[in-house]
Amino acid sequence: MTGTVRPLAADGIDSGPKGSPAGERPLDRLKLIRWSDFSLVPVILVLMLIGFIVSPVFLTSENLISVVQQSSELSLLVLGQALILICGRMDLSLESTIGIAPVVAMWLVLPSEGGRFAGLGLLPTWSAIPLCLLVGLAIGAVNGFLMLKLRVNGFIATLGMLTMLRGLHIGITEGKSITDVPESFRYLGKSEWLGAPAAVWICLALFAVGGAALAWLRHGRSLYAIGGNPEAARAAGIRVDRVTWIVLAIGGLLAAFAGILYTGHYGSVAATQGNGWIFQVFAAAVIGGISLKGGRGTLFGALTGVLTLQLVVNVMTLGGVPALWNQFLNGAIIIVALVISRFASGEKQD
Amino acid sequence: MDQAPPAVQAEGVVKRFGPTVALDGVRLTVQPGESHALVGRNGAGKSTLVSVLTGLHKADAGTVAFGGEPAPAFGDTAAWQSRIACVYQKSMVVPDLTVAENLFLNRFDDNARWISWGRLRRRAERLLADYGVQVDPSTRARDLAVEQRQFVEIARALSFGARLIVLDEPTAQLDARGIGRLFGKLRELQAQGVAFLFISHHLQEVYELCTAVTVYRDARHVLTAPVADIAKAELVAAMTGEQSAGATAWHAGGDGAAAPDESAEPVLRTEGLTVQGQFEPLDLEVRPGEVLGLAGSAASGNTALGETLAGMRKAGGGTVRVHGRAVRSGSVPHALDAGIGYIPEDRHDQGLVLERSVAENATLTVTDQLGPWGTVLPSRTREFARSVIASLDIKTQGPEQPVSGLSGGNQQKVVVARALAREPSVLVAVRPTAGVDIKSKDSLLGVVRRVADEGNAAVIISDELDDLRVCDRVLALFHGRVVATFASGWNDGELVAAMEGVGERE
Ligand SMILES: Nc1ncnc2c1ncn2[C@@H]1O[C@H](COP(=O)(O)OP(=O)(O)OP(=O)(O)O)[C@@H](O)[C@H]1O
Ligand SMILES: [Mg+2]
Repeated sequence: MTGTVRPLAADGIDSGPKGSPAGERPLDRLKLIRWSDFSLVPVILVLMLIGFIVSPVFLTSENLISVVQQSSELSLLVLGQALILICGRMDLSLESTIGIAPVVAMWLVLPSEGGRFAGLGLLPTWSAIPLCLLVGLAIGAVNGFLMLKLRVNGFIATLGMLTMLRGLHIGITEGKSITDVPESFRYLGKSEWLGAPAAVWICLALFAVGGAALAWLRHGRSLYAIGGNPEAARAAGIRVDRVTWIVLAIGGLLAAFAGILYTGHYGSVAATQGNGWIFQVFAAAVIGGISLKGGRGTLFGALTGVLTLQLVVNVMTLGGVPALWNQFLNGAIIIVALVISRFASGEKQD
Repeated sequence: MDQAPPAVQAEGVVKRFGPTVALDGVRLTVQPGESHALVGRNGAGKSTLVSVLTGLHKADAGTVAFGGEPAPAFGDTAAWQSRIACVYQKSMVVPDLTVAENLFLNRFDDNARWISWGRLRRRAERLLADYGVQVDPSTRARDLAVEQRQFVEIARALSFGARLIVLDEPTAQLDARGIGRLFGKLRELQAQGVAFLFISHHLQEVYELCTAVTVYRDARHVLTAPVADIAKAELVAAMTGEQSAGATAWHAGGDGAAAPDESAEPVLRTEGLTVQGQFEPLDLEVRPGEVLGLAGSAASGNTALGETLAGMRKAGGGTVRVHGRAVRSGSVPHALDAGIGYIPEDRHDQGLVLERSVAENATLTVTDQLGPWGTVLPSRTREFARSVIASLDIKTQGPEQPVSGLSGGNQQKVVVARALAREPSVLVAVRPTAGVDIKSKDSLLGVVRRVADEGNAAVIISDELDDLRVCDRVLALFHGRVVATFASGWNDGELVAAMEGVGERE
């Protein structure tokens, strides 16, 4: 039974000339835009104004570039986490992946003697970046295996991964920093393209690609369906588990890539690389309008979330807040940013 | 020469959920172009069979074949979709996506790489217009009324162009006009030779639409016969397994129940109650022992009126009084304290906490009575739950079973149980029998009647004549206005006409 009847409506009527969006009224287009996704844009502008008032240094290009540079690694984690959250899952282990992936890659490629850090020297140096990405992908895939095949609780499973990978990191590096960073890492982390750090351009490009996929591709859209109502998604023919698994793997991949940029930028991997970031990652995502329950939010929103958070931190630093009060402020900032975005968007957060 | 292979043929299907056997070696055959009805009491296994036929659940045993070929591998949903389309009993929309996207979920466009949202919207507009549903395709699905959402799901299933369509209680959430529109569509498809599997608790719909009927009882196949050869009483007997089950819809004033006392103080009284855009200022009085019916389609505003009485909506003006005491508008706790019990229309959104047990759901409104000093004693909860399971005939493994594992009709009974738990002095019920089988319907309406007979007031909001028959008085609403009042013993035709806005009497 493969024959189909003429459907009652709509399908097949679209036989008009291809690519002629006749009757596309601009007003309709406006209606399609969810304004709440842009709600942080004015907030960012206000923050910049405040920054300017607080310190004349703020509006210098060095300062602004350093803000976006510092945002770039965090924003890659947020990008990964946002995709995972939209699917209705979460992955806490991203913050360990950012450290362990470069470490494993370097461990495999660095020579066993000569440097301060004794690697295995098993593979050629050029393979450092692919190896690092592969490690991230594998961590994401293992998370997927735990959550989707074994059906264990994702929150605790990835919390376990977080701790375990952090331990592995410390074990391999014996708690020390690795400073013999491969040249390829340095290049990505340090070089400038068109007057801005390469990392920033790469991040923007990845966000653009991700955003476009979520908005216009069938598989991208399926993330929202999976997060919003998994049963309905399954009934609509979406391979819920497969898509979720891929997204989890992409999350790991992005975290590993963030690790490359971070390592390259600072020229070393500390034993604490990424430690405590996950809090910021979640905060930025939620501030940016991503729902922790899944099915809601956009990558543009997530990006503005990251920027808001980083700008507030920058303004505070320029304002000369004493370092001992940093932790207090970090918490306070997140709560304030959360409240601001709640009311700027007019939507409840969950 | 043998005839064409059946559109779908299931043999010896077994499905277990833990200790529950939901299907016990059942069979079903739908011929090409046939409209086949599947009927049975709540929990008989109808929806479970639907999930097996559409590839959502894997059967523990048994075979399914479409058009003579074995069914696709489990998990290959896309392959199943090309053979069978379905309107599921539970809502299958994604609340945060727009109507347009829900309609074409995962099948936006086969040849284009990128989704064209403008084109999608126009396709959705045309599809909706075809069903006479007036919704903007860019509305988010969560903002739809229950009936609109149901039509979105129906339109989606029918637009697949499949040769076999399953409809699991599509009419339970529709009013008479909506059912009329749906049936019009189904007949068009019938004429094109599409086969249907139609599930409903309304037997008259089965007679109207279907040519063959299969009855399940307690997870087993009981009979399959041409509809023309089987009388309604036989069908009911097959479903219930009891010969004596006559169609005894409830009637007011039967059994020598005392007629409501005209001189008694009304239990429920509203003065000038109104909600902007829903219904106009309304004065109601419901006396002890009286069941008042508010008849009207989904658009008549009667559902909004029910929600206002229950405190789910804030009134635009006017007052609600219970036993002479004013009730604060727009607050469910105050309504509960005043003694208003509420059976909501949408059991998934407003009625149930799906992952929690039957016992917890049934006692959600009476947690303060289940133990001293704010404690909730499990023993008392269980005991209470056992009594409602028995009195409402809820089919469940026991009080501990999560509500999500109950059949649709049995979930509805849990909602009713909860409304009754507080022994309300005013019971407000919105379509209380939606999705409930014939026999349970009788007993549910009997329960409403009993609540009233104990000296309380009851308000039934519905467009189903069977629900309204227990009422002592029926007000017909149309576009937010009371257009007619009927005493018990009304005539079906007149009431239907009044609900549809023809033949205004007052
Ligand atoms: N997910 C589940 N987990 C546990 N038990 C289930 C589950 N789904 C269904 N059941 C059980 O299987 C039996 C059959 O349920 P099913 O939903 O098929 O009934 P139904 O005939 O569709 O009833 P209704 O008319 O009320 O919709 C019921 O006893 C129900 O409790
Ligand atoms: Mg069912």
